[in-house]
Amino acid sequence: MPSIPASAEAAAPARALLELTRLTVSFATPRGTVTAARELSLTLAAGECLGVVGESGAGKSQTFLAILGLLAANGTVSGSARFQGRELVGLSPRALDRIRGAGIGMVFQDPMTSLTPHLTVGAQLLEVIARHTGLARAAAYRRALELLERVQLTDAARRMQQYPHELSGGMLQRAMIAIALSCGPQLLIADEPTTALDVTVQAQILALLADLKRERAMAMVLITHDFGAVAGVADRVAVMRNGGVVEMGTATQVLMAPREAYTRELLAATQPVARSAAAAAPGAAALSLEGVAVDFAVRRGWLRRRAHLSALSDVSLELAAGECLGVVGESGGGKSTLARAVLALRRPARGRVVWMSRDLTHLPPVEMRALRGELQMIFQDPLGSLDPRMTVGEIVAEPLAVHRPQLGRTARAAAVAAQLARVELGPALSDRYPHELSGGECQRVGIARAMILEPRLLVCDEPVSALDGPTQRQIVALLERLRRETGMSLILVSHNLSLVQRLCDRVLVLYLGRMMELAPAAALGSTPRHPYTRELLAAVPVTDPRLQPARLRLMRPGEPPSPLEPPSGCVYRTRCPHALEVCASRVPVWEEAGGDGRVACHRWRDIPGGPI
Amino acid sequence: MDEAAHGLWRAAARRLRGDRIACVALAVLTALALVALLAPAASPWAYDSLDWQHLAQPPGLSAAHWFGTDRLGRDLFVRTLHGVRLSLLISLLASALSVGIGLAWGALAGFAGGRTDEWMMRFVDVLYSLPYLFIVIILSTLVGRGSIGVLLLAIGAIGWLTTARIVHGQTLALKERGFVEAARATGLSSAAILLRHIVPNLAGTVVVYATLTVPQMILFESFLSFLGLGVQEPQASLGNLINAGAQEMESAPWMLLAPAAFLVLLLVCLNLIGDGLRDALDPRER
Repeated sequence: MPSIPASAEAAAPARALLELTRLTVSFATPRGTVTAARELSLTLAAGECLGVVGESGAGKSQTFLAILGLLAANGTVSGSARFQGRELVGLSPRALDRIRGAGIGMVFQDPMTSLTPHLTVGAQLLEVIARHTGLARAAAYRRALELLERVQLTDAARRMQQYPHELSGGMLQRAMIAIALSCGPQLLIADEPTTALDVTVQAQILALLADLKRERAMAMVLITHDFGAVAGVADRVAVMRNGGVVEMGTATQVLMAPREAYTRELLAATQPVARSAAAAAPGAAALSLEGVAVDFAVRRGWLRRRAHLSALSDVSLELAAGECLGVVGESGGGKSTLARAVLALRRPARGRVVWMSRDLTHLPPVEMRALRGELQMIFQDPLGSLDPRMTVGEIVAEPLAVHRPQLGRTARAAAVAAQLARVELGPALSDRYPHELSGGECQRVGIARAMILEPRLLVCDEPVSALDGPTQRQIVALLERLRRETGMSLILVSHNLSLVQRLCDRVLVLYLGRMMELAPAAALGSTPRHPYTRELLAAVPVTDPRLQPARLRLMRPGEPPSPLEPPSGCVYRTRCPHALEVCASRVPVWEEAGGDGRVACHRWRDIPGGPI
Repeated sequence: MDEAAHGLWRAAARRLRGDRIACVALAVLTALALVALLAPAASPWAYDSLDWQHLAQPPGLSAAHWFGTDRLGRDLFVRTLHGVRLSLLISLLASALSVGIGLAWGALAGFAGGRTDEWMMRFVDVLYSLPYLFIVIILSTLVGRGSIGVLLLAIGAIGWLTTARIVHGQTLALKERGFVEAARATGLSSAAILLRHIVPNLAGTVVVYATLTVPQMILFESFLSFLGLGVQEPQASLGNLINAGAQEMESAPWMLLAPAAFLVLLLVCLNLIGDGLRDALDPRER
């Protein structure tokens, strides 16, 4: 594998496939004109992959939607965009239609909403093939099947008969890629193709894209906010900010030796905040979970029979006062359910949650409500967790109204102001409404609300996954500071393994609601014992373009099976490269693995260790 | 809670002011309501006084009766405005009643969930399936025709069912929103969550629905009065005026046209205001 992609040397290609010259995209809004792209010029050679990186609102997506004529009705484009020498700006919809699909394929961010829910995946793929190639039905079908197999959609023939809601996000994104590829485009525009996906699936999709690009000599524009994605696939990188290109160069140059301060700032944000030295030696167990299991009742099939979905089974662990526990895994792994079970927001089917020697599972509601001042939570969706009809001041004050009703109006206002200052928000924000704030500000308000009662345990459910890179970093730093100042315990649920590793004392790995591994954070990174942990670690992107392509090539396709029908024995065995017969017949024991770690795997002793 | 809603209401009011059609409709409706309230008092005629000199008089601005008179010599201008007054009163009260019951019922059912929800909403379904005209007829024969109270009860009792269903659906959606879980994690009781977080967030939907119910209620009242089940002579409502006018349509069209024109004007205004409010409160516009 070459350390520098071949086409990177060709900085100025002789004949550009796509050439943007002084492209300006603007939108007329009631509050005046908003410019998404300002006099943007760039070129893309045939077979080259350009990574376009920037924060949300930088104009990345709108620029490329504009050249495909996919702008919203209030958008206007000026300047020039030439594809194979042909001007796209001002082209009639009919002519653009021929280029879209056949010349330029597009993959969107959210595969769930990009496919029509009432048509099967196959029908939607066949429609595109029929429209752009005019193949006969049987030939089109063969072509479709071939494509779906090429994008490694398992069980392709059956998937064609299924509707979008029956497929997982990763499968749908594969189908979307197949649709985009169906007419052999010379250029593929992928707009945040992995943002809505799990970290493992992200890596799989990126590996697929890198593969396809190589195999078909297809040019690609990869729009993303994630430098890790760019490092694995892109030859050249353009960093965008406020509608302009800040820096452009080969992937190696931009990622390894950035010239611009803004690029450095973005890159720094991908490095998780290092945790400060442990504030205090963790004390006695504050929280303990004893064999906690959570079931969801679901109705299935034509007769709507009741079935139990086991979201969490047999989770036991202890958390010391002042300790920080990370919980990682893919979506559907039971992370959020665990967070809610700890706070008694979900009633466990079996087992007990004990907080400071009080059994939360059987506490009367009144006592539980009183106790909630000690146990607080921060949510994944910063805006959604704030009541849209309350001001920031009222939101932050609400816990006081519940738990300290005796507090006077001025005392309450003072407490709110103090909390806002603590989370680094100005006092002026107190009269604003959530929809007037940015995502990061919303999350700070959520943190202020949780901290105003000085909780002793803070559960954070994916606190930064909805935020931009630099904002993520700030919020993480804030959480880390608060933990240091207050000495509270912290449970950090995240699919971002590197974040959890840096911030937490110990990390719990969950898969299909079962515990796979629990280990001190440092040990988990250096000597992972469970094959699933290894897979998660391998999927974490590094921003080094000399290493990342090789890492991507090692990704194996695979997604968690349905939690309604978990595999027998070890639930991970269907994806595990080391699985033996014993893995299908017996559930592995949750055993001590030395160095304060525990693991549930039949084969952890046999698997070669060492860092990934 | 009122303070919390201010900003959004202010923004909605601003958008409403920008909606020219809704503003005109609001102005016309206000003018109409004022005229209906004040003009009959200024007129020398009462709604039930008979003018034996002018029976079935056609309208004319110079005539003693602007809108003409009916067969009994009653002034149609005064009677029509009386009808507007009564129709507005009944429809506003009935809307308030139906929205009030519907909001409470739908929000409680949706928030409680589970079996309570099932039972409460099945009850709504059962009431829905009863032929309401039949109920109104039974009610009015039991209590006596023409009682405005019965009329209100009958209209309100039907109207709340739809409100309850709409509110129920909205509550189910709101219940899953993050801020409700956040409130629970904060330690709020269910009653507090319902009152502080669910109901205020339903306000937009309910207000819009209420403005759109008022014209429905006017129409329903007119319909009942037209059938002779509603407001009784000599009381005048738009419904029974139209009913009386329809019988004289060929010989004296003004008896029909005057109340019908006011009914149409009222309905158009209310519907336009409702549409304007819906647009103004639509979160997608934000």
